[in-house]
Amino acid sequence: MTAFRIGGGGRGGGALGRVVRSGVGRRRVQTLVIAVATMMAVASAVVAGSLIVAANRPFDHAFAQQHGAQLTVQFDPERASEAQLRSTADESGVTASAGPYPATTVQPVDSAGGHLPALTLVGRSAPAADVDDLDLKSGRWATKPGEVVLDAEFAGPALELGSTLKTSDAADSPTLTIVGFALSVSRTAEAWTTPAQARALASAGTSLTPLTNQMLYRFDEADTDGQLIAARERLAAAVPSGALLSSRSYLEVKRDADQGAAPTIPFLIAFGVLGIVMSVIIVSSVTSGAVGSSLRRIGVLKAIGFTPREVVRAYVAQSLIPAAVGIGLGVVLGNLLAVPLLDDTEQAYSTTSLTVAWWVDVAVPAAALLVVGLAALVPALRAGRLSTVEAIAVGRAPRPGRGQWAHRAAGRLPLPRAVTYGLASPFAHPVRTVAMLLAVAFGTIAATFAVGLTASLTAVSAAADPEERAAVTVFGGGGEVQAGPGVPRPTEGGTKEGPEGGPTEGDSEPQAADPARVRAAIEAQPGTAAYYAMTRDDVSVAGVSGVVQASFYQGDMGSTGGYEMLAGHWLDGAGQVVVGSGYLDRTGTEIGDTVRVTYLGDTRTLRIVGEAFDTSDGGVRLHANIADFPGAEPRMFLVEVEEGVAPVEYAQKLAAVLRPLGGDAMANAPSGQDNFVLVLQSMAALLTLMLVSVAGMGVLNSVVLDTRERVHDLGVCKALGMSPRQTVSLVLASVTGIGVLGGLIGVPTGFALHGVVLPLMGHAAGTDLPPSVLNVYTPWQLPLLALAGLTIALLGALLPATWAARTRTATALRTE
Amino acid sequence: MTQVIQLDGVAKRYDSDGRPALGPLTLSVEQGEALAVTGPSGSGKSTLLNLVAGLDRATEGTVSVAGRRLDDLNEHALARFRREQIGMVFQFFNLLDDLTVTDNIQLPAQLTGTARRETAARAGELMEVLGIQQHARAYPGRLSGGERQRVAVARALVNRPALLLADEPTGALDTASGQDVRDLLVDLHRGGQTIVLVTHDLALAEACASRTIRLVDGHLALDTRAEAVR
Repeated sequence: MTAFRIGGGGRGGGALGRVVRSGVGRRRVQTLVIAVATMMAVASAVVAGSLIVAANRPFDHAFAQQHGAQLTVQFDPERASEAQLRSTADESGVTASAGPYPATTVQPVDSAGGHLPALTLVGRSAPAADVDDLDLKSGRWATKPGEVVLDAEFAGPALELGSTLKTSDAADSPTLTIVGFALSVSRTAEAWTTPAQARALASAGTSLTPLTNQMLYRFDEADTDGQLIAARERLAAAVPSGALLSSRSYLEVKRDADQGAAPTIPFLIAFGVLGIVMSVIIVSSVTSGAVGSSLRRIGVLKAIGFTPREVVRAYVAQSLIPAAVGIGLGVVLGNLLAVPLLDDTEQAYSTTSLTVAWWVDVAVPAAALLVVGLAALVPALRAGRLSTVEAIAVGRAPRPGRGQWAHRAAGRLPLPRAVTYGLASPFAHPVRTVAMLLAVAFGTIAATFAVGLTASLTAVSAAADPEERAAVTVFGGGGEVQAGPGVPRPTEGGTKEGPEGGPTEGDSEPQAADPARVRAAIEAQPGTAAYYAMTRDDVSVAGVSGVVQASFYQGDMGSTGGYEMLAGHWLDGAGQVVVGSGYLDRTGTEIGDTVRVTYLGDTRTLRIVGEAFDTSDGGVRLHANIADFPGAEPRMFLVEVEEGVAPVEYAQKLAAVLRPLGGDAMANAPSGQDNFVLVLQSMAALLTLMLVSVAGMGVLNSVVLDTRERVHDLGVCKALGMSPRQTVSLVLASVTGIGVLGGLIGVPTGFALHGVVLPLMGHAAGTDLPPSVLNVYTPWQLPLLALAGLTIALLGALLPATWAARTRTATALRTE
Repeated sequence: MTQVIQLDGVAKRYDSDGRPALGPLTLSVEQGEALAVTGPSGSGKSTLLNLVAGLDRATEGTVSVAGRRLDDLNEHALARFRREQIGMVFQFFNLLDDLTVTDNIQLPAQLTGTARRETAARAGELMEVLGIQQHARAYPGRLSGGERQRVAVARALVNRPALLLADEPTGALDTASGQDVRDLLVDLHRGGQTIVLVTHDLALAEACASRTIRLVDGHLALDTRAEAVR
């Protein structure tokens, strides 16, 4: 007779292996659910981890990856030869250099006649270099004359590979074909051609600036402005006097980039932490539930001679097999899901290609295996310690006594019996119920937070650009003031949204329309409801170094909507100024203080009467009355039309009157959302979908375990006449309470999370946020969001409920 | 007399090309009859019971119970049929451990939507008749086997079914409890309840049944009628 050897290790691994394999194979549904739930949880953790990594000093990482230029210097080719420039690489402190590259500035015009902003164009024979190793995002490098590579920020429907650009307005200006899009983290240029092409453009007179030579440097010490200034001085001394024309420190670029990226960091960390916590909850509850539901089988194994240690090993292994498959698939899925999210993050940060960090792909599965192992070990050890009889008895059904009071109480409810029976069921498994509750609550938190975040971002977009709310914008010409919100700006494709033939940014329209005649034309135009005038220019402010952007207003902004006020009030009289939060922070001033502002030779002392929600120019822009500065003339008029008047027709008619005067009018497109806002909103939507799916999988797993355990009881109920519909309602009712409670916990928590994260995002962007951005939840939204918890629970339970209803009664009755 | 059960050429196969577990079998049971189904393990007794209860579907032939052809009914209609026409008593009681005795008994009536007061009155009446009223608020786990089976019988009768199906009702009981259940079934039969009793216990069959059939390998091997139930 052949001895049946049970023991593990070398002497009986076969028996143990068979037990593990049969355990995995026998419960296919549960095995599948464990694998899928683990997969979703791990995918979520990979994405969450990647986002947290991406949010960690994105500029620094991208800068290091590209060997960014710490100092970008323009030299005069007439004063310093290329050989002299190359020799600067040997100066003390220089650790790497690139160049000289011929450089100039052009203002290209696209095929539709739209003007791009002035671009620094550099001639480089390849994207790769020791310094400023460019990231070619799409297409290829320019290899022959007539080709150009543009900054990737310009890529879009209007400007794509193969599109052509003229280098200026001049009829004979050269045409360049876009062959690639690239990104320089150091912002050394926005367009690249071959060196010969760059020289040709500069010498043909179609560029805005004469030819210069660009050199890029890295130094052994470049952490502070002082170190970079010293390095610049050493370079200036190394070339003939006056040869060094200008320079730009990477610290300036970094400050801009960090300011842009900072608002996203609390948002990404919030979602990242939610994703990771939820993954741990789901993986541990799935695993421990699977082992806990196998107690009877454990008892049987012990009865036939397995030792407690072998039982523990068998069940830990049994959990690890589907979990390991799920973890592997989860890593793959997580990497796939991370691609669009990291693409979005790249856009938000204007940074180089972000990929899932290798160590995230290692750490997440390792942590998941650890969580699975521990979650399986605890119930397996408990099972191993139970006596054989106890294990069989305990494993036969939920422990008698648990939840009986709930059944008594639920039985009194005036609801169908199947529903009341289901409502009381969760109390038989308190730990599993708590895990399910946490999954639902976390899913609801994510949904609530995402809804609030999306609404807040929409509100930020609307509040930040009050000029864009006007139905029609009228340009007075003159070409010096149209920078900033409300003025035609580069579209997604980088071109300008200017009226056909009208003045746009950078146009050097010499002739400005007479503001009085423009005003008269607007007032005479039928359909005009209200309007105000403005101009924007640089001013000097006592105590503030450099220039400060200022907007000057004339007329009533009330009808078209002004800036949201954080404190104080909008301009309502002479001698007043409104500032952004950044100005107050930078100057240490507060509302009520005075500011000495000089514009076109006129100096006025203005009193700060309000703090506006204005993040443009780092929040340091001033808003004042035109009347306070005699030299200021309105250049732009923001018009609100009467109800029923089509803005486009109104603008066309008004433009016909204004063009002979040197002005123009255009209808504002329905407020499109800021690209950055759209990126954040799509990220929030994707992350929420993922977290809600993980929550649903957690519920699905728990309900599968529950219905499997109760299949015999369900069979009894069906034998007594419970219909399939009643069976479905019983199972769904078993998660209803959890769904409702999860919603009730999740909504206020998500609400609170929104209340914490949004101000953090605002502070990171250097501003407080107005109530319109913070108080975004409407009274009807919160109860609806609470229903999200119920929806997650019901959707998660639907599949096992259907399965329970379809199970043959005779089969269910035979199930032990 | 009215036929409560009518099986015409009924066969049940679990493997499409295998030997039938039951039949082909033609059988009728009249109202008020107590039929004992006996036979060795694997003879098709439980299969027959499942087909009559509408828990399983015949592969061939037709099954009619209380005037309804079960093969025409969908799952929902079968469930309604069961709760209105069938009472079932199982070998291992199949009581729901998390419900009290009263709740267990009331459950089938509650599933039909019977009014609470009526359900409570019927459950109280059955508990009194079966002598378990003192356990009304107890949970099944605290009762003896015989008491549990009485609860199961009460639950089976709560909707006044046309047919009581009992699957080895004394199989899990000690001798004294088994005797109690036997007496109970006899009383029910005397009261006019139609019963189909599946059992290995020939003494039980002899005591309770007005008619006994014996199945062997799914086929009817014997069909005898007692003169009177003792």
